[in-house]
Amino acid sequence: MSDGHAATMAAPTWQGGGTPLAVGHKKLGMWLFIISDSLTFSALLLAYSYVRVANDWPTPFHFFPSIVFSTIMTLVLLTSSLTMVYAVSAAHHGARRKAVKWIWATAFFGSLFVVLHGYEWLHLMHDEGMYPWANEYGTPLFGGTFFLITGLHMFHVITGVAYLGIVALGYRRGKWLPEDVEVAGLYWHFVDLVWMFVFPLIYLLSTSVD
Amino acid sequence: MTEVQPSKEVAEYTEVHRHPEPKSFLWKYIFSVDHKVIGIQYMLLAVVAVFVGMALSLLVRLRLVCPECSYPLLGTFFPVGAPEGVMTPEFYLAMLTMHGTVMVFMVLTTAPQGGFGNYFLPIQIGAADMAFPRLNMLSFWTTFVSFLLLMAAFVVEGGAPMSGWTGYPPLSALPEATVQGIGQDLWLASIAVFCIASLLGALNFIVTTLDLRAKGLTMMRMPLTCWTWFVTAILGLLAFGVLLAAGVLLLMDRNVGTSFFVPAGLVVSDKVIDHSGGSPILWQHLFWFFGHPEVYIAILPGMGVTSHVLSTFARKTVFGYRAMVYAIAAIGGLGFVVWGHHMFVSGMSPYSAFVFSVLTMCIGVPSAIKTFNWIGTMWGGKIRFTSPMLYSIGFVSLFVSGGLSGIFLGQPTVDLYFHDTYFVVAHFHLIMGVAAIFGMFAGMTFWFPKMFGRMMNEPLSKIHFWITFVGVYAIFGPMHYLGMLPHPRRYAEITGVDYLAANGAAELQMFVTVAAVLTVLAQFIFLYNFVKSIFAGKECREENPWEATTLEWAIPSPPPHDNFAGKVPHVYRGAYDFSLKGAKRDFAMQCNDDKAVFGEPATQASGD
Repeated sequence: MSDGHAATMAAPTWQGGGTPLAVGHKKLGMWLFIISDSLTFSALLLAYSYVRVANDWPTPFHFFPSIVFSTIMTLVLLTSSLTMVYAVSAAHHGARRKAVKWIWATAFFGSLFVVLHGYEWLHLMHDEGMYPWANEYGTPLFGGTFFLITGLHMFHVITGVAYLGIVALGYRRGKWLPEDVEVAGLYWHFVDLVWMFVFPLIYLLSTSVD
Repeated sequence: MTEVQPSKEVAEYTEVHRHPEPKSFLWKYIFSVDHKVIGIQYMLLAVVAVFVGMALSLLVRLRLVCPECSYPLLGTFFPVGAPEGVMTPEFYLAMLTMHGTVMVFMVLTTAPQGGFGNYFLPIQIGAADMAFPRLNMLSFWTTFVSFLLLMAAFVVEGGAPMSGWTGYPPLSALPEATVQGIGQDLWLASIAVFCIASLLGALNFIVTTLDLRAKGLTMMRMPLTCWTWFVTAILGLLAFGVLLAAGVLLLMDRNVGTSFFVPAGLVVSDKVIDHSGGSPILWQHLFWFFGHPEVYIAILPGMGVTSHVLSTFARKTVFGYRAMVYAIAAIGGLGFVVWGHHMFVSGMSPYSAFVFSVLTMCIGVPSAIKTFNWIGTMWGGKIRFTSPMLYSIGFVSLFVSGGLSGIFLGQPTVDLYFHDTYFVVAHFHLIMGVAAIFGMFAGMTFWFPKMFGRMMNEPLSKIHFWITFVGVYAIFGPMHYLGMLPHPRRYAEITGVDYLAANGAAELQMFVTVAAVLTVLAQFIFLYNFVKSIFAGKECREENPWEATTLEWAIPSPPPHDNFAGKVPHVYRGAYDFSLKGAKRDFAMQCNDDKAVFGEPATQASGD
């Protein structure tokens, strides 16, 4: 019986001594975090659906400016996903400087999204009188769910921008590997994906059809 | 991309981060990244928490049997809750709430998984550490912060929260509904922080189990303890995120003025409150979607330890190992679709209740498989009645007793009657509280020589076992009868109820309280034994004092900093090879190849 002293990383294996899913620890860990985080968002979106069905839900948003503005925000966020794809691709091809540039571009679009979002929040509060605890459209839960869900998403974007900054610096100095860029990309795409649920459920469904 | 071989980068990446042994006290014992130190930290946290929890339960019991009694010191510590040492009903509810919260979160969730799992999962799978050692440290210290936040609720103005460990709104959502102030907010903050800590821990356990197994250790060769830690981690990963969301919603209701859980038109203290649109039932759904898996988070590691110990001391392989693994997975999976059985009295549609009831009954199948296999493992074995074996047999007994009442409570029609009575208290204490605690006793006495290089005192452990075993039945047995009267739960006192007086409820409550006091006192035997044995127990430098088979018994006691001293073990066989025909000894360790077990091939043939 061989004692297998050469314990190298061979093909993905469930036999022990290797990674069965053929990905690094960090990447697997990030996938697990994404699963867990998506359950947190699911719980909030289900809670939103629950109170939406249980109440007479207002549809105060109009095509202009609400939907146009939130569409621009969506495009900004989607663009950041695209730049992230370029960053990961460049990192895997060993183009370090190029990858770092694309990461900063992603962080820029992420920040732009936050700025636009913040502007929208202030507009809703100051001009429309919509707050987490009250609004002029109807049930107070309209504002509550809006600010909670978009706020938690915004928190994820802000965290993501900080995370991208750390990865960009660490990767430029050679401390971190291309794999780290990819793991950061996973997180970033996840945050984008969450928005693709938030946008139709919170914005489009709250638009009056006239 | 179709390549199956990970790139060189990935290979470097998946190397365990070997960390040098720290020298200073701070980095060695406080902010350690060593899974063994972190495991012991979790255990010590749970020991502190469990004594806090027991003290609270005694206050609850004392208030029940003597509402007017004045207790010394109580008035000094809680001038508002217990003026001149006499507990107010609000104080009773606060103690009840904190007892449940401390026990469920800080004891039943931390010790079996964070404590024993942290210490023994990496060793049992042949790894040098967890996959993310730093994250591991972060998980512990986050849990510690959560514990401090919870304890702070005792000392703030208004005292500890009184909405139960389930934190049901609207009571928990409206600051104006109770006299309490920031206590409920601290409770919620504690739970939210605990969720984050548990998520990070769960993620770490899953990656460790999947990626760091030694060569030859297939999933189906893992000790059942590892299987239960693995499945528990999956449950934690999926459940705690939902509780986190629920906690954030409730915090907003309390502090931002939203109305997620508060319906319109509530009148509190003669005033109509300024909320509308929410639903308390929404909280119940979110809470129990977490809450039911939480029950299995508490009990599954105990099941793993029990299987492990029963097999070791019956000198027989686990009966139906594969069935055990599938049962663990089935219990975990079904645990996510039965949360509605906690809500049968919430006004749920009978059709929904029926579905939840049928699914709940389904859990009886894997549970029965496990019980049957435990008995099958012991059947005909050469049983060694050591203290871990006694605790494990106690676990099986308590699991069966608690499980039987679960069959009653899983029926909506029966549950409508029992739900708010002591019958439920008896049920969940036996099955998720005491059974899980017995799993911890078994684990502690079993692994103590490995962790500290000393033995616990066997006679003391056995005395502790018998007093505790009889004690918990004396506490929770009569509660079934109380519940059938029916004696409602959660009430600080009940007077002038004829059917309770006629059926001796007060006397039984007194009996339960006396039994509780004695059982709690008996826990000091264990504490004494535990603390004394760490420093002055019988020395046991033997690697394998129990003649067990798994990898932790192949390394020195206590294990060195890097577990296997850089030599990664190779695993040749399943976890429970006892009483092998033709073997030189009556067991084969997982790292023994056939030659080591049977000697030369000729001997092996003559053995048949």
